[in-house]
Amino acid sequence: MVSAAEAMTMASDNPDSKVKLQVRDVGIRYGSTTAISDINLEVMENEIFGIIGPANAGKTSFLKTINRMNDFDTSMSIDGEILFDGINIREVRNVYALRNRIGVVFPLPVGLPLTIYENVAFVPRLRGIRDRAELDVIVERCLTRAALWDEVKDRLDSLGSLLSGGQQQRLTIARALSQDPELLMLDEFSIAVDPVTTMRIEDVLKELKQEMTIILVTNLVQQARRLADRTAFFLDGQCVEIGATEDLFTGQVQDSRTTDYIEGRFG
Amino acid sequence: MSDTELIANPFLETDLNVSAKRTEKLFKILFMLMAGLLILPVLIILTTLVVKGGGMLSFDFLFTNPTNGMTEGGIFPALLGTVWLVGVALIISVPVGVAAAIYLSEYAADNWFTRSINLAIINLAGVPSIVHALFGVGAFVIFFGFGTSILAASMTLAVMTLPVVIVATRESLQAVPPAFREACWNMGATRWQTIRRVILPNSVSGILTGVILEVSRTTGETAPIMFTGAAFFIPVLPQSVFDQTMAMSLHLFVVSTQVPHVPEGLPYGVALVLIAMVLLMNSASIALRMYLRGKKKW
Repeated sequence: MVSAAEAMTMASDNPDSKVKLQVRDVGIRYGSTTAISDINLEVMENEIFGIIGPANAGKTSFLKTINRMNDFDTSMSIDGEILFDGINIREVRNVYALRNRIGVVFPLPVGLPLTIYENVAFVPRLRGIRDRAELDVIVERCLTRAALWDEVKDRLDSLGSLLSGGQQQRLTIARALSQDPELLMLDEFSIAVDPVTTMRIEDVLKELKQEMTIILVTNLVQQARRLADRTAFFLDGQCVEIGATEDLFTGQVQDSRTTDYIEGRFG
Repeated sequence: MSDTELIANPFLETDLNVSAKRTEKLFKILFMLMAGLLILPVLIILTTLVVKGGGMLSFDFLFTNPTNGMTEGGIFPALLGTVWLVGVALIISVPVGVAAAIYLSEYAADNWFTRSINLAIINLAGVPSIVHALFGVGAFVIFFGFGTSILAASMTLAVMTLPVVIVATRESLQAVPPAFREACWNMGATRWQTIRRVILPNSVSGILTGVILEVSRTTGETAPIMFTGAAFFIPVLPQSVFDQTMAMSLHLFVVSTQVPHVPEGLPYGVALVLIAMVLLMNSASIALRMYLRGKKKW
């Protein structure tokens, strides 16, 4: 665990740390309902950026905006801009390439109804890799990094969708890793996962941070404390507070609602 | 019954309870009788056909030409003709229907265009088969110049059964959970990549069931083919899709009503073979569905 001071340094003061994702004045409306408004934040390269907040705070809507999965929803309108490596994602013509660079893990694990092997080989195959030996290497590497290889290496040809919940979630992570993502977004990944598996995945995430940027949306505030370098607190579609995680958890906050939420007084 | 009794035993039956129970039983029996009635026509049809037509069945009956003004001999040209008609109809309607269903289920936005397609499908399914027949004459026989031929008849059948294929396919595509699509899109897969690698492989069973249902329906149709390609009597087998052909359903109609001095068993025999073809197809469909359900992937 890095200290609060160190986290802050990594996040903004250190001139070497690069901004991976810059979010400016982002708001989302569905018809006349506002899902989120005026979100301003920066996510640094190789940090774990936590987002906490009660249900309906707009956390998931926010994630969907980043990889433009809400393009499918025509009733939705988006203001502001999101820069990914300095490029405005709204202006990206090849949305498939954008999504390809961003790995996503959902609250409920989604093992595709393919074999375990094909689940992980899915994206490499889309990228045109046909060579079995090359695919074997990718599959083993991703499953190993997702802490699942030892449990499934003898049955790679059985169905991924029939694994247990915790295994499927690690399979989902392995699949996201097969994208070689620059940004990994996890949306309350531990909802359907037992505590032991949750801890294993958390260890995995700490490792992955070396190579990629991670946004961790979580409903477990202690999980944010364990993992996130910096944390944002979302409430009712607003970003109430952003700060070094340790600061938030030690009461050094701008807004008292943050402490109230963290200490379980509401939400 | 007194109040004291009720207090002593709150589960004692009151008069109201007794009458409610009697009515309950009455309605249950009534509904069961109505449901049971369904079995009756099936039983009667099958028994009659087997009793009166079973004696006709033989290798020669199935595999020789009709002779002596169709009062004797077999049904081979009609049997083969039906296979031709159904086969060609499938070749036309399955690709069109599956493609249309994929569009409707996976691509179409909810707008006037989609709604008018859906309306067309419902209406197409409701058009009487004799109207389809006349449409087939106008469109395929005359306008496209196919003449009365297997091609014209099969196209008429294809148009008529398209709604079956589309609806069955669309439903089996919709049965694949949306989470799978979202997972694929999130990884940067296009819609088509998602459909080809995940959605289609997991809805094949439903599509096949729809196709088999279409086959069994097409097999029995008479009206759409009688003006477009099926003939009263042709002593030679069709050589190409531009030939006319005999067909089981029309043959049954002919030997039952149009030809004098037909031995009594002959129409029953023809009907028995026809219904056996359909039942066989239906059981294949059910067996396939059960087999594939056993291999369910989520």
